[in-house]
Amino acid sequence: MAKTLYDKIWDDHLVHQQSDGTALLYVDRHLVHEVTSPQAFEGLREQNRKVRRPELTLAVPDHNVPTTDRSKGILDNESKIQVDTLRNNCKEFDVQLFDVNDKRQGIVHIIGPEQGFTQPGTVIVCGDSHTATHGAFGSLAFGIGTSEVEHVLATQTLIQKKSKNFRINVNGKLPAGVTSKDVILKIIGTIGTAGGTGYVIEFAGEVIRNLSVEQRMTICNMTIEGGARAGLIAPDNKTFEYFKDRPMSPKGNNWNKALAHWKTLYSDEDSVFDKEINIEGKDIEPLVTWGTSPQDVSPITGLVPDPEKENDEERKTAMYRSLEYMGLKPNMKISDIKIDTIFIGSCTNGRIEDLRLAAKLLEGKKIAKNVKAIVVPGSGLVKRQAEEEGLDKIFTDAGFEWREPGCSMCLAMNDDKLASKERCASTSNRNFEGRQGRGGRTHLVSPGMAVAAAIQGRLADVREIN
Amino acid sequence: MEKFKNLKSIPAYLSLMNIDTDMIIPKQFLKTIKRTGLGKSLFYEMRYDESGKIIENFILNNEPYSKSKILIAGKNFGCGSSREHAPWALLDFGIKCVISTSYADIFYNNCFNNGILPIKVNENIIQELSEYSKRKEEIEINLENQEISYGNKSVKFNLDLAKKTRLLKGLDEISTSLEKAPSIDQYENKIKNTKPWIARND
Repeated sequence: MAKTLYDKIWDDHLVHQQSDGTALLYVDRHLVHEVTSPQAFEGLREQNRKVRRPELTLAVPDHNVPTTDRSKGILDNESKIQVDTLRNNCKEFDVQLFDVNDKRQGIVHIIGPEQGFTQPGTVIVCGDSHTATHGAFGSLAFGIGTSEVEHVLATQTLIQKKSKNFRINVNGKLPAGVTSKDVILKIIGTIGTAGGTGYVIEFAGEVIRNLSVEQRMTICNMTIEGGARAGLIAPDNKTFEYFKDRPMSPKGNNWNKALAHWKTLYSDEDSVFDKEINIEGKDIEPLVTWGTSPQDVSPITGLVPDPEKENDEERKTAMYRSLEYMGLKPNMKISDIKIDTIFIGSCTNGRIEDLRLAAKLLEGKKIAKNVKAIVVPGSGLVKRQAEEEGLDKIFTDAGFEWREPGCSMCLAMNDDKLASKERCASTSNRNFEGRQGRGGRTHLVSPGMAVAAAIQGRLADVREIN
Repeated sequence: MEKFKNLKSIPAYLSLMNIDTDMIIPKQFLKTIKRTGLGKSLFYEMRYDESGKIIENFILNNEPYSKSKILIAGKNFGCGSSREHAPWALLDFGIKCVISTSYADIFYNNCFNNGILPIKVNENIIQELSEYSKRKEEIEINLENQEISYGNKSVKFNLDLAKKTRLLKGLDEISTSLEKAPSIDQYENKIKNTKPWIARND
């Protein structure tokens, strides 16, 4: 029978089909960070359980780490306790850790692929909803709660019910200035923030095929913002090339065996999807969000929407609340919205290609006087690579601050946060109320659009830069 | 995990759609290494102003809703982050049942690992139940019968048998999975040959 890519990976990981419709699914790779793991390790200790396969788990602190000078350690006591707890737990349960001062430390979803820990065709989980990122390599990757983290540690499996198959084809070509961030914002704006609930989404079509693997990661990363726990892209030669000689990639004869398996990872021609939609690349413009849900998107050339034109009462109420929170008026031009802060980074857009694209647009220019701007590389290795290429110099010459790697202002658990009513053009993934700091106002954008906003001091069209 | 017992409570109604887990429990409270104590910070930014003072007109700050065991909310409840701190905070506050038209997947799953019952009903039922919240009248939840009772009326709700059983028995999922150890051993032995790179040879 013809199978989708999701069907293939699912079947390949089935340990036990249970009579109640759930299944015990094998987990090949487990990523752990400091925020959602302490209670899981504590649970193991309470029950006197051990980690079944410690070598299949990799840990890194990322949410709480400072992005400024790290020589003094972590000053916030609670954050320090959490990072110390992760270190102690890894030691006690024999789990590999990239500690704060390890050059490989970084955002969990950036270091996984970077090290070759992430691999096509695997089941990857992490106590973090943006685990969907790893789906860009054709792995079934999804976020789990802390109880499930404990379950994976103890059993190397998860109890799951199979999701439905949803394919989104992005056809044709993208116009100039439009990037994968705009593609995923367009998709979320189209299907809505619950459009993917209950599904695993496979992204396909010419636009997706033409993206680099790092650009594909941006798409899969935000799948959860469209309600689906996992997004998938079939691996291809670009994917295989990416994994060659990564530190944790298969070696020697195992590489050949792995490659042969990876080449079977695609949806069969006549496989059936429960839902399928098409989006034309040519219809996508550089986008920004205006509200407090990732589905609140508008082209940069557009206007802030008018809730009075909305027929659904619940939606209308939500729009009024969003506009009030965001301090915006209906029908004002999006490009008239002034910006205070620029954040380039996160598991969505904190990779070397993102920094290259931003630096190229920024070279020789200065950020607007009213703007504060930071770049937070996604990992220590991304930072080092960028510095070797001189990108850090371009950013700092233009007026950006160049920081140490971590999640930073994406969720503002460390000191990088917005003040109340401070307005930010951010390359991150969520514009929820209070996400980047209480009262903070987030506009989600691509790295290029973040640079355009930095230069103009307002939301601006990347196509007008240069 | 505690067994789910039948509930009788005046429900609290939050008419907002897309209530995300950042709203349910903001990030500054994720620095804890414990599961307990989060109830006082539930919906923090709606419950307290910037100086930490109670916002009087927020529903959960007022009797009898401050003692509600049932929360009724707009669609797509619990979207966003995977933080299990969201159900921990609800539970610590005393909420054991949420009623909405729809939920985000990760939050929905997390509820069952903490003995919370998330019920899905249609919009009409939400509207009817919200009147009970406004009139401060009790409604009843019977999990065994999969039934919500209010006034003279009872409505059934759907629920996966596996999930229902877990809540009724308060089952520890890890124990049941550990009983499957022979199957897991067998699977690992199989992939040792078919996919030798999974065991990591780097």
